[in-house]
Amino acid sequence: MQKSWRRRFHLPAVIGTIPMILVAVGVFVIGIGFSVLWSFTSSKLFPTYDFVGLAQYRRLWADSRWLVSVNNIWFFGLMSITCNMVFGYLLAVFMDQRIRQEDLFRSIFLYPFAMSLIVTGLVWQWVLDPNLGLQEALRNLGWSSFSFAPLVDANTAIYALVVAGIWQGSGVTMAILLAGLRGVDEEIWKAAKVDGIPTWRTHLSIVAPMMKGAFATAFVLQCVSVVRVYDLVIAMTGGGPGIATSMPAVYVIQLITVRQNVGQGMAAATMMLLPVLVVLAFSGIVIWRRNRLGGAEA
Amino acid sequence: MTAAQITATQPIQNALDQAAAGPYGAKPRHVSAGRIGLYAFLIVAALFFLIPVYIMIVTSLKGMPEIRLGHLFNLPGEPTFQPWLDAWLHACTGRDCNGLSPGFYNSVKITLPSVAISIICASINGYALTFWPYKGANLLFGLLVFGAFVPYQVVIYPLIIGLSSVGLFATLPGIIIVHTIFGMPILTLLFRNFYAALPVELFKAARVDGAGFWRIFFHIMLPMSVPITVVAIILQVTGIWNDFLFGVVFAGRSNWPMTVQLNNIVNTTTGVREYNVNMAATILTAAVPLLIYFISGRWFVRGIAAGAVKG
Repeated sequence: MQKSWRRRFHLPAVIGTIPMILVAVGVFVIGIGFSVLWSFTSSKLFPTYDFVGLAQYRRLWADSRWLVSVNNIWFFGLMSITCNMVFGYLLAVFMDQRIRQEDLFRSIFLYPFAMSLIVTGLVWQWVLDPNLGLQEALRNLGWSSFSFAPLVDANTAIYALVVAGIWQGSGVTMAILLAGLRGVDEEIWKAAKVDGIPTWRTHLSIVAPMMKGAFATAFVLQCVSVVRVYDLVIAMTGGGPGIATSMPAVYVIQLITVRQNVGQGMAAATMMLLPVLVVLAFSGIVIWRRNRLGGAEA
Repeated sequence: MTAAQITATQPIQNALDQAAAGPYGAKPRHVSAGRIGLYAFLIVAALFFLIPVYIMIVTSLKGMPEIRLGHLFNLPGEPTFQPWLDAWLHACTGRDCNGLSPGFYNSVKITLPSVAISIICASINGYALTFWPYKGANLLFGLLVFGAFVPYQVVIYPLIIGLSSVGLFATLPGIIIVHTIFGMPILTLLFRNFYAALPVELFKAARVDGAGFWRIFFHIMLPMSVPITVVAIILQVTGIWNDFLFGVVFAGRSNWPMTVQLNNIVNTTTGVREYNVNMAATILTAAVPLLIYFISGRWFVRGIAAGAVKG
């Protein structure tokens, strides 16, 4: 394509995108740079430039609260992403069976996503409250031995977070995967039927692999929200009982606000950034190589 | 990296449009036990999604003595709207007993300008990136997309320091700036994809006629951007209204949005827990995004897909 009408630097375009320049460079490069820099200092309430090497990282990894947080995020992430994907996929498959009232079901499955995670957290805090919620209600209905109070037990509180996460997020997974299912050519179904392949085999072996894009989209969306999980924990458990449901995102905010330990907080934030960077670099390389190969073929 | 992702977006958008046209997929072979199982599964799933909200609505209409009886699922014996009034006007956070209404007005004051400014910025970004790419523009865009994945905790502290050095920390303009910053990656991506799908001849013809950067933007691009702007508005209004983290950190006590006030009212440790008032407050906080959700219908799903595509 002839591009002679595009000059190297068109002043209005640069002026128009000043906010973007400020945000991209000022926040996402310089800001993150400072965060990493401060993680090597002994900053307390305010940033200082007294460098202490990796001391903050050593203290961080010796802090039981941080270790619990890291364990929690892995557990919460694996559980909630797996359950979300399975449940969302089942919902999508069932929704795709030419059912009646599809719009109604879709609205019901998706509406929790429109609400704040604070709301979700509070709702489930009440449903699981031993004196008010399900346990008390079922006991009053005559099932007096019924015991279900995950939030008050340090060992089970995280499962309650997973349930709330599924309630909030699986509708979105359903919507994305349903869109993927509807994007599959109907001829595929006919061909599989003619060949006598059972429907569930067609789903798992033929159609699911064709929906790679939709699965990837849903998966990435889940991952981003897991890393950022903060509101839900604050509203539902406040990180408790004790420190049982602390998460890295909660830990960092606590360190820079309540505990006024910016150096260590920034070390924790840098540790949160690290896996994201690794995944981004990896996917960047994969996509770059695929593009290059694609270019070579053409 | 981004180009491939953007092309991967399109099938999803198309599929969403197709989804609107009607069911595709496997046809049911016969009405049978399988069909009954299918509906049973869907109805049980629907109950899982509905019961918590049913409990909230029912409880918010009961008086406290009735709640203490513990019949969670019963309809209110003597329905009362007093808890709703209390939630709106009298519920306490610490010493202040003004209910949720100040939080509501704060949320409005935060949301409206944040949505407007972030969408204006993002549409100009998308337009410039598509039709006027200057040297380094794509690198900036790459950094911005990277910003969509960054955990907020890495950026929050430098932002606190930066905003307080110009006297904007814990102010209304401060929180608006923060929402604009964190809305920019996804919105810019949204608008860039939209403009990239427009025929480039449109732009070339305007250039031949001598129109410049702003003239083309205001007279040609903006009038065509209505659909994508609607998606962006839905995405931003619900996102900013539902925000908690930025509100609690950056808005300052006098500007705390509704979500923060709600959490303070409910998770306050002093006094008797008035579950009915708390639940009414929770429903009130969820009302605005829910209203948008039910009015916008399929547009909302498009917004999610667009948001999802940032991956």
